Amino acid sequence: MITVGLDIGTQSVKAIVLNDDDKILARAQTFSGFDPAKAIQDVIEQTLKTAGITQADINAFAVTGSSVELAPSNATTVSMMSADAKTATTLFSKVQTIIDVGAEEARAVKCDERGIMTDFVVNERCAAGAGTFIEAMARALEIKMEDMGTLSIKAERASSINASCVIFGESDVVSLIHKQEPKHEIARAVYDAMADRVSSMVHRLGINPEIVLLGGVAKDIGFVTSLKRKLGVDILIPEFPEYAGALGAALIVAAKERVR
Amino acid sequence: MQKLYMINHKLNKDDKMITYYGYTDGSGEYYVVIDSDKCTGCEKCVKQCPKTALQMEMTFIDLEDKPLAVVKKEYCNKIKYICTECKPEKNPPLCVLSCPTKAIKYVSTPIEMKS
Amino acid sequence: MTAQNSDCWRWQEYHRVMPGKSYTSNDVATAGIDVGSVGSKAAVLVNGEIYSWGITRTGSNSPESATKVLDWALKDTDIKQSDIKYIVGTGYGRVNVPMANKALTEIACHAKGANYIWGSQVHTVLDVGGQDIKAIRCDDTGRVTSFLMNDKCAAGTGRGMEVFADLLKIPIEEIGEISLKIDEEPPAVSCTCVAFAKTEAVGLLRKGWSKEKVIAAYTKAMAVRMSTLINRVGLEPALVITGGQSKNIGIVSRVETALGVKCLPTPNWRENELDPMIAGALGAGIFAKALYDKSQTQ
Repeated sequence: MITVGLDIGTQSVKAIVLNDDDKILARAQTFSGFDPAKAIQDVIEQTLKTAGITQADINAFAVTGSSVELAPSNATTVSMMSADAKTATTLFSKVQTIIDVGAEEARAVKCDERGIMTDFVVNERCAAGAGTFIEAMARALEIKMEDMGTLSIKAERASSINASCVIFGESDVVSLIHKQEPKHEIARAVYDAMADRVSSMVHRLGINPEIVLLGGVAKDIGFVTSLKRKLGVDILIPEFPEYAGALGAALIVAAKERVR
Repeated sequence: MQKLYMINHKLNKDDKMITYYGYTDGSGEYYVVIDSDKCTGCEKCVKQCPKTALQMEMTFIDLEDKPLAVVKKEYCNKIKYICTECKPEKNPPLCVLSCPTKAIKYVSTPIEMKS
Repeated sequence: MTAQNSDCWRWQEYHRVMPGKSYTSNDVATAGIDVGSVGSKAAVLVNGEIYSWGITRTGSNSPESATKVLDWALKDTDIKQSDIKYIVGTGYGRVNVPMANKALTEIACHAKGANYIWGSQVHTVLDVGGQDIKAIRCDDTGRVTSFLMNDKCAAGTGRGMEVFADLLKIPIEEIGEISLKIDEEPPAVSCTCVAFAKTEAVGLLRKGWSKEKVIAAYTKAMAVRMSTLINRVGLEPALVITGGQSKNIGIVSRVETALGVKCLPTPNWRENELDPMIAGALGAGIFAKALYDKSQTQ
């Protein structure tokens, strides 16, 4: 049985193809851009090609993300929180708290040992708590977002920036650069501020030692370092954290399909 | 339009001085509201706050400086996060409960989530 | 009026001496200095009445900005800084006003200043600054009864508007007028967060919306944000708007629509009437006079 999982985010679309044993046959992602419908089509075609199969081979189709309404009509919708919970509990046993930081949204999910969500906290509609914040600050620092993490971990201390708003943060970063404040200390301030926000979401759910970090921002060493320091516990991160949503959705739908 | 300006030194008993510490952003409204008329400066809330977000500050009212409970400036932009310790969505925060004159209120109205 | 640096969009750097006023050494001169995040304002009062004022940009050094703006306000007057009996500092940089006898929060000063400019009918003041929005309610005497200050978020501030003007390459001083050049008011952009609204605006332009329509939709979202802050403290007419955005007609008219009330008209500050931008400094100067009087009676 072939299952396709699709995660339509605000910034990018991710697709994953699973075989009957829930093994990943292919995965791909692309920017949603201004024509998300085309991006969805492209990303599905690309994964099917990599997996060496065709549309006709698909037995089940799962979709999650912030723009599920753009998905093909035969897809089964899975909530983002449920998908996160499923992925985390499948990849790591004993997980109870899951943090997912995406481009425009951050959320913390608490689940039981079966991977069923019991509580959650979401930060949305404010760019200061999500990946957009890091991206904007990297732009203000005139460095690549990929390089900012490695740069920040060299810093012994952090500068002081207004982390409450992306727009104000940008102005602060610019004036710190003018004051010739070291870039790595500014970068660390950006991550510390993000970690501060995310950790307070986790505190709201009650902290458990087994914490999994998902979403594209989980690949950022700068953020992960700051978050570990802030939470004071180790954090588990899967190999492809950005595919967590697509994978979780596919796993849930595949399991339902089998029961049927 | 311009007129001779007279300072009114008299304090009207019905007057209130209500301060909203916090903010409205894309995700909702989050405020700690302190009524300076009701605040007696007893410092109970300051001692109760698990995040030490409150402090006593000399506040200028009617040409006098009075010690009143205020939210520290650096916390005003973090109310949504700072106050999570008290789980304000489930029960009133400790500052609200501790105030003998009911001078403190807490407002948290997140915008409804996308369905 | 001496104008300087006319390319500044938020305000003109200028100073003015009120005509027909005089000062002798028997008079009591006081001053208020409002060091804001973007602009510094100073008001000089004689016997509690406005005498002269100055507006400059805030530099990176707050004490310097305070000194500069007070010099600017005293320019072409008979008053020297040493003649001033009492100085109150206010605004974002108020603790860095070296010559001030006392620092007060800008909230109290804005209400007092608005009361002086428009009179006792003013009960609600919306101050839209470069980096914050203040919603203030006050009584007939300009005493604050309720207030909130939102400096967490750029939505609705001058900075937010600037980002948009830059994105659409439209001169900021024309953005208000341009936002009204539409056949029908579009719905507000859905994201109030400026960072997200930028992305949304680009999407709308690609969908074929005109720049005017996009600006209208964004200006409306900003006005709605401002209105929610006013509603939080409670609206009590008459309403006035102070700060840089009070000169943005697109914002003012939409705030009026959202709240269902008219604002009191902005004084003709170009023609010897008071500039709403000096409300904070003016209020500080009034408090300076009151505090000086109090110190003399004790």
